[in-house]
Amino acid sequence: MKKYGVDNVMANASNQKPQDVYFFCTCLVDLFVPEAGLDAVALLEREGVRVHFPEDQTCCGQPAYTSGQPEEALAVARQQLDLFPEPWPIVLPSGSCAGMMRHHYPTMFKGTADAAKAEAVAGRVWELSEFLVRSLNFNRPDCGQSCSVALHTSCSARRETGALSATRSLIQGLEGVSLKVQEHESECCGFGGMFSVRHPEISGGIVRDKVASIAACETDALITGDCGCMLNITGHAAKIGRPLNGKHLATFLLERTGGKTAAEGKL
Amino acid sequence: MNQPLHFVPSDEFRQRAQAVVENPALQKSFRGAMDFLQNKRLAQFPDDVALQRLRDLGEAIRQYSLSKLPDLLETLEAKLTANGIQVHWAETPEDANRIFIEIAQAQGARAVIKGKSMVSEEVELNHALQAAGIEALESDMGEYIVQLADEKPSHIIMPAIHKTKVEIAELFAERIPGVDYTDSVDELIQIGRKVLRDKFATADIGVSGVNLMVAETGTLCLVENEGNGRMSTTVPRIHVAITGIEKVVEKLTHVPPLLSLLTRSATGQAITTYVNMISSPRKPGELDGPDEVHLILLDNGRTQAYADPQLRSTLQCIRCGACMNHCPVYTRIGGHAYGTTYPGPIGKIISPHLLGLDSTYALATASTLCGACAEVCPVRIPIPDLLIRLRTEAYKNPATAGEAVRGAGSAYSSVAMALWHGWAATYRYPTLYRLFTWCASRLRFLTPRKQGGWTRNHVAMQPAKRRFRDRLNRP
Repeated sequence: MKKYGVDNVMANASNQKPQDVYFFCTCLVDLFVPEAGLDAVALLEREGVRVHFPEDQTCCGQPAYTSGQPEEALAVARQQLDLFPEPWPIVLPSGSCAGMMRHHYPTMFKGTADAAKAEAVAGRVWELSEFLVRSLNFNRPDCGQSCSVALHTSCSARRETGALSATRSLIQGLEGVSLKVQEHESECCGFGGMFSVRHPEISGGIVRDKVASIAACETDALITGDCGCMLNITGHAAKIGRPLNGKHLATFLLERTGGKTAAEGKL
Repeated sequence: MNQPLHFVPSDEFRQRAQAVVENPALQKSFRGAMDFLQNKRLAQFPDDVALQRLRDLGEAIRQYSLSKLPDLLETLEAKLTANGIQVHWAETPEDANRIFIEIAQAQGARAVIKGKSMVSEEVELNHALQAAGIEALESDMGEYIVQLADEKPSHIIMPAIHKTKVEIAELFAERIPGVDYTDSVDELIQIGRKVLRDKFATADIGVSGVNLMVAETGTLCLVENEGNGRMSTTVPRIHVAITGIEKVVEKLTHVPPLLSLLTRSATGQAITTYVNMISSPRKPGELDGPDEVHLILLDNGRTQAYADPQLRSTLQCIRCGACMNHCPVYTRIGGHAYGTTYPGPIGKIISPHLLGLDSTYALATASTLCGACAEVCPVRIPIPDLLIRLRTEAYKNPATAGEAVRGAGSAYSSVAMALWHGWAATYRYPTLYRLFTWCASRLRFLTPRKQGGWTRNHVAMQPAKRRFRDRLNRP
């Protein structure tokens, strides 16, 4: 059971560097931001890890779950449970979907025939940045020009995984990058999945303030480990005509450390 | 005084919220106030380990108390009665008001002075008293201001937090006879104080809320900062306290940790200026205190929350307001937009039990589930989980919704349900999912330009030319 207000870092991090991992790309990355997923895979492979992509993956089920449709969520979530037969870590380029699988799967499946399977999957789910730091000891020299960035950590990443400190340490490990902290940095960006569609008045007010505080930092880029937040923040910034250069953490890390990003490679 | 009735229909919630979001002065004022309260709280909890330990204790005490609630209420009643405090049980707001008016009429009371009490707001006591020809005056400065303005509290701890100094200055000059405009805070407080002092001396009944009730000693515990709570409970002949049945704890030793959590979380104070522990009316030979003390214990839907193992945690609340102070939604829309007595995250989870889910489900959907509320809740109420549960109850098919929550199934729509079925039918079958996403990316030029609520604030989303799975080079 999830506990609010305590550190949710992975308790079962092993000292041994894994050889193989499963990659759950998330539906948002698959269809809307494939570069983020490709760059995450490139990062992992460069660390010498074999990345396995189960082709039958779809969505973690979160949209239905948070919209009060547990049966639909369960039907979709159940489809994901059989994708990871080997005892390898499951890595996601999203704190939100990782939080869903790690914390809500055990609750959702409680009392069903799949409860044990759900528990087992949940216990192996990692958010990308936390996996890079805590399991792979990611440490690559920065080869980029000096630049400044703002960081937005999604609420799920912040409260349901250990991504907050991991993401910060990854960025702080880049010598040429200065991290600027926007006002009300810890506040939600106002996305909330269906909330942004169902309550655009309120969501719009929250993202308006988020964009303003990030823009005030005048950084070269906005980094986040969650594509939902990124699409919300940069989508609003574009709408009001003051675009922000949003980048998934994986893309940013890869380009800073000399890797070839998916955007450069183009198709 | 003509304060509006507490419940404003949920279907107008979005319009009310929008009006506040688009008001720059209110936005600035709420942001400033919430930042101030957040910082005050944070300064009280410098050591996170100690804070988490105290929260564990607070949660444990509240859960233990609720696990024994029926027994504790019986013990409490017996003890209070033995102490000379008269206990009245009210199932509904109407019952509570009727009981109050009967007490007042039996004594020929014409004037009531009120300390701060959210439960009296919940039952709309002022309205009922007005209808019965009894004058009621709020003595908490914030409550006094909203009463003067014919409004309702917009925050459970700081009722007038939506008002600026200048607005209050104008209000005083307009509504209090013989008062000239001043925007000096000290002078405004003196003006209010003078009005209230006269009323304390003449009121027949003093009303108060209760923060905690102690079963083993029969004690009503009340914290406050203005001294009006002590005045209301000691100067008039009769003291009537009104509170919800969930506020009971077993032992006196359970009080200090909860009070410490309450005042530090609420106003960032180590302890309030006044802590009142009321265990009886005035005894023979005592110099002050009321001749009679009454306690009205209100249910009003609390037993519904109590009956459900998950929703029961709603009743752990000690009404500190930290959840609203940290809520990105409350910070944008303020308290009045909710239209309920209790606004903010706690309002979203308690109001469905008080008013029915049919009129309040929009509130449960108005959350990003960011978890800031649960992170600061001193008694660890898992508010986001409860919001998901309430959404689930609201969207159930009414035919099979069950009776866990009154109004369950009221948000059901066959169209929405069909869409979710369609979504699940696609996403549970990998082949269908692949086909759907392949079409979405290949036919991306057909993506609608208008995407409902999304494109109100954002440029339209468009699928990538090729999906992740198409670009991932795998043998």
